[in-house]
Amino acid sequence: MSKNNLHMGSSFKIFAALRRRPVLWAAFCAFCLCAGALKGAQAQEKLKIDIGYIAYAKPPPPLYDLEAVPRDEGVKGAALAISENNTTGAFTGQSFELTEALVEPGESPVEAARKLADKGLRLFIADLPAAELLQLADALRPSGALVFNASAPDDRLRGPDCRANLFHIAPSRAMLTDALAQFLLVRRWTRALLVIGPGEADAAYAAAFRASARKFGLKIVAEKPWTFGPLARARGDNITEAEALNFARGGDYDVIVVADEAADFGDFLLYRTADPKLVLGTQGLVPTSWSAVHIAWGAEQLQSRFLRFAGRVMRPVDYQAWMAARAIGDAAQNQKSANPEGLRAFLDGPDFNLANYKGSPGSFRPWDQQLRQVLLYAQPKSIVGVAPQPGFLHQRSVLDTLGADLPETTCHMN
Amino acid sequence: MRGFGIWGALALSGLWAASALPAGAYQIYVTNEKSNNVSVIDSEKLAVVKTVKVGRRPRGVLVSPDGKNLYICASDENGVEVIDTSTMKLLRTLDSGKDPEQFTMNPSGNPLYISNEDNSEVTVLDIEKNQIVARVPVGVEPEGMALSPDGNVLVNTSETTSMAHFIDAHTFKLIDSVLVDKRPRVAVFSKDGSRLWVSSEVGGAVAVIDPKTHKIIKKIKFEIPGLTREEIQPVGIRLTSDGKTAFVALGPANRVAVVDAETFEVRKYLLVGQRVWHLALTPDEKLLFTTNGNSNDVSVIDVASLKVVKSIPVGQSPLGVASSPH
Repeated sequence: MSKNNLHMGSSFKIFAALRRRPVLWAAFCAFCLCAGALKGAQAQEKLKIDIGYIAYAKPPPPLYDLEAVPRDEGVKGAALAISENNTTGAFTGQSFELTEALVEPGESPVEAARKLADKGLRLFIADLPAAELLQLADALRPSGALVFNASAPDDRLRGPDCRANLFHIAPSRAMLTDALAQFLLVRRWTRALLVIGPGEADAAYAAAFRASARKFGLKIVAEKPWTFGPLARARGDNITEAEALNFARGGDYDVIVVADEAADFGDFLLYRTADPKLVLGTQGLVPTSWSAVHIAWGAEQLQSRFLRFAGRVMRPVDYQAWMAARAIGDAAQNQKSANPEGLRAFLDGPDFNLANYKGSPGSFRPWDQQLRQVLLYAQPKSIVGVAPQPGFLHQRSVLDTLGADLPETTCHMN
Repeated sequence: MRGFGIWGALALSGLWAASALPAGAYQIYVTNEKSNNVSVIDSEKLAVVKTVKVGRRPRGVLVSPDGKNLYICASDENGVEVIDTSTMKLLRTLDSGKDPEQFTMNPSGNPLYISNEDNSEVTVLDIEKNQIVARVPVGVEPEGMALSPDGNVLVNTSETTSMAHFIDAHTFKLIDSVLVDKRPRVAVFSKDGSRLWVSSEVGGAVAVIDPKTHKIIKKIKFEIPGLTREEIQPVGIRLTSDGKTAFVALGPANRVAVVDAETFEVRKYLLVGQRVWHLALTPDEKLLFTTNGNSNDVSVIDVASLKVVKSIPVGQSPLGVASSPH
């Protein structure tokens, strides 16, 4: 197209093109029938797709914390995905925008989201605890909005408390502990000591591991609550090693599985036991959606893109928020629309697949709208393997060997 | 690619006798992404005859039409290395732009069209002057590169944007972008230019596109008993010059699909090494070589019988493969 065409109206441009190239008429008619058709992308009005990002502002880190949660955790992942969506959008005539609503503790994330909904937003990525996430999904439901859960691992959100307008990008605890159980089974480390932290989340992680142990035939030889307080992070004084040595002594177990989502003591266990036992679970070897040391399947590209973009490494919540925004982008691109109902149907359908740098594409389980995905077994500096482990077979997708499968789901959306 | 007879005669006339390789043998060059070297396979001996150290993370590879130079994308060196095929010595390193991954060459031997994976760009590089003549912004993670046989249209696939970008090869302006299935890796034109084949690794399909209308005329899917949909990840594509057969490497499915290029029916699956990436046909189209990234070897397929006849150990993570033209 010559330079002097640049300032003409878009409809004029189309007709000018049609005059010159009658063969384009067919394409033009198709374009009329289907408003978002690709061929007309450069000439048509851009479709704007607004996404809200709802989260609590992360508390500032203490004086020194090696791996403090960054203030912009999550939101940077979503923002990177938006820029990628916009690269595609430049060719397809779509433009994506992310509006952040980061609320302080005590403020209501639901109110913040409602304000955005009043401005017309219908797509939300949420990094919220389970209770607030449910309130959010329910409050937005009358508007037809969809919510993408970027961080809450709670199994109840995929079970009795599931919602039709709620998609789960974060893996459920059941997926994480099923991955762990598969790893232990393949290694034939079938006897575990389960150490449970004081938090509610720790109890939930322990419950998920018990269920996984039943599912895959592992034996939990003993369960011990951690009663020595936060150590690895919070306490300046060191517990006498004797206590910890004593704590884990004597049981006939192969490995220690630790449930410490707050990361208060799990890192303390390894090398402080009487017997030479490995630690897995929330610390030690960790089943996770993402790790900064994962570089297979093109992941190196995403890692270095994120590093340049955010000035720090990509954390699991960043990755999950990234996947959420990419899923929305892919669906909008496929549907040529931002209509939540259409997006939802596509995301739940068999044609959606998410390229997520883990070898096998992700997709949604229609029964609970959980993203099925490969998980990583991560050490701090290397990836030990991926779940599902080879040999765990499934009639539909081997990814469904992780987490709540169709026959056992307790989610009833309607 | 006409005139193999002439080249064959030339080969006999002394130029190639000097290189101490049997007449009629081709050299197959394999880039080993993780051991930073190139394995040279003799197509008659079906063995590695030489291993040559090259720049870090060698990926894309091609041979100049005259057979004299080997070009290698040394991704982590941000350069394209030019190697003299008669001595296998490095001649020079071209300024390719950042993170070159795959490329294609004008049939005249100049310029190179390079995808810069980390940079969302296609770089057009004048080889003589070692000068970048154009940079074309494309989608995220550009990968596959193909030039139409008439030299007018350049195609790039962008993995994360899931598009085949059509670029005017003279003005380097974007003509059109066609949405394909997820993670498109390789684009190949049929010899007559009437079809463009694009493989989508994560989408698990190959799209056959009409380069005139930019419409997808066929999506080829692959089904292999005992394998899940996720394990079938099409990557490398090669077409025979008669337009009758296409070979498609299926990644972790460890197979090469043999596709009827006229009806688009899959005729056969050939079991090769693990995680098969790229393919190269010898110019006489009697043999097809596959790089198998996880088993660190190259499988050799006899094209007439469609049988895998040999596997040849090479370096670590073999990725790219190209044959000498004579």
